Amino acid sequence: MDLIKQLEAEQIASLGKTIPDFKAGDTIRVGYKVTEGTRTRVQNYEGVCISRKNGHGIDASFTVRKISFGEGVERVFPLYSTNIESIEVVRRGRVRRAKLYYLRSRRGKSARIAEVSNYKPKSGAEA
Amino acid sequence: MLRSGIIAKKIGMTRIFQEDGKQVPVTVLQLDKLQVVSQRTADKDGYSAVQLGAGTAKAKRTSQPMRGHFAAAKVEPKRKLAEFRVDPANLINVGEEITADHYFEGQFVDVTGTSIGKGFAGAMKRHNFGGLRASHGVSISHRSHGSTGQCQDPGKVFKGKKMAGHMGAARVTTQNLQVVRTDADRGLIMVKGAVPGSKGGWVTVKDAVKKPFPENAILPAALKSAAEEAAKAAEEAAAQAEAEAKAAEEAALAEQAAAEEAALKDAEAEIQAEKKEGDE
Repeated sequence: MDLIKQLEAEQIASLGKTIPDFKAGDTIRVGYKVTEGTRTRVQNYEGVCISRKNGHGIDASFTVRKISFGEGVERVFPLYSTNIESIEVVRRGRVRRAKLYYLRSRRGKSARIAEVSNYKPKSGAEA
Repeated sequence: MLRSGIIAKKIGMTRIFQEDGKQVPVTVLQLDKLQVVSQRTADKDGYSAVQLGAGTAKAKRTSQPMRGHFAAAKVEPKRKLAEFRVDPANLINVGEEITADHYFEGQFVDVTGTSIGKGFAGAMKRHNFGGLRASHGVSISHRSHGSTGQCQDPGKVFKGKKMAGHMGAARVTTQNLQVVRTDADRGLIMVKGAVPGSKGGWVTVKDAVKKPFPENAILPAALKSAAEEAAKAAEEAAAQAEAEAKAAEEAALAEQAAAEEAALKDAEAEIQAEKKEGDE
């Protein structure tokens, strides 16, 4: 293992985060820490994960899309961000792509994603 | 207050997540057997500096004169040598090894390296020229530089005109990079932002010239011998403290034993006296 990978693995271990098993198509709820002045609170952001990038490394990120007040909103979160309080899987979606960018040009009925009826957790991964 | 810099190897880049949610892009630099190979003094050379060496080179691939140079310093052959100007007071003894504690977190440094070579590059890449239009009669020369000057007067292209040519593979200094983290055990220094050169390349790190000299910088340098000495002293102090504690414990034990013995003697004497009384 090269030194950079080793440092990244150490940092991931020291951050001590439990990342649930989720992929593109899943509806997830992200608890994100927001600082207003001196007060910090957790803001939930719920939407469809439309892409995951860079695997499980320290530079991994995921994109969550939702329709907010009739306007499409996308947010990119670093997977190991210290600002993320929690990631929750709300619903497992059945999709045939790793990146669901086609959802950007769709609205309403055609932007639906079917639910996985027979989800099996990956061996060795919890939740 | 000029003190020595260091030679480091660029390992690569990564990111660090901080407690406040910020993520910092960092370049990881590694110190690899960084030792003082030679000194330059005002008497002998007219200026004062230290020559540092880093990395390891095979002895058989080191030239005979260089082998002699390393032998004189009693160090292993080094891969990379560099000189750093220092104040005469901050000269370091030959053979001393410098550790990554040389810089502290939050300090600003200048990093010098050889940038990645781009070969013969056009004016657009080399000087950020705009190029020519995609249509409107332009043919073949979409990425060319435009005019290079005037007409018969001056009748020449001025010197220094930005044109296509060799790009990169030049000495580049990036100033005022902040040290984010140091790791003396592994000899790592993490610097915020990018550093010139490719992975595995050699760079030199110095205290930032455009910032005031930090007060808590270690003078003349963070040395391995000093660290070892400090560790030894700490160990000795700990050992001494332990010995003292042990001695005190032993003294207490001895005292207790003596008291017990005295009590025993008293009791015995009493018994004897009683016996005597009984006999009479």
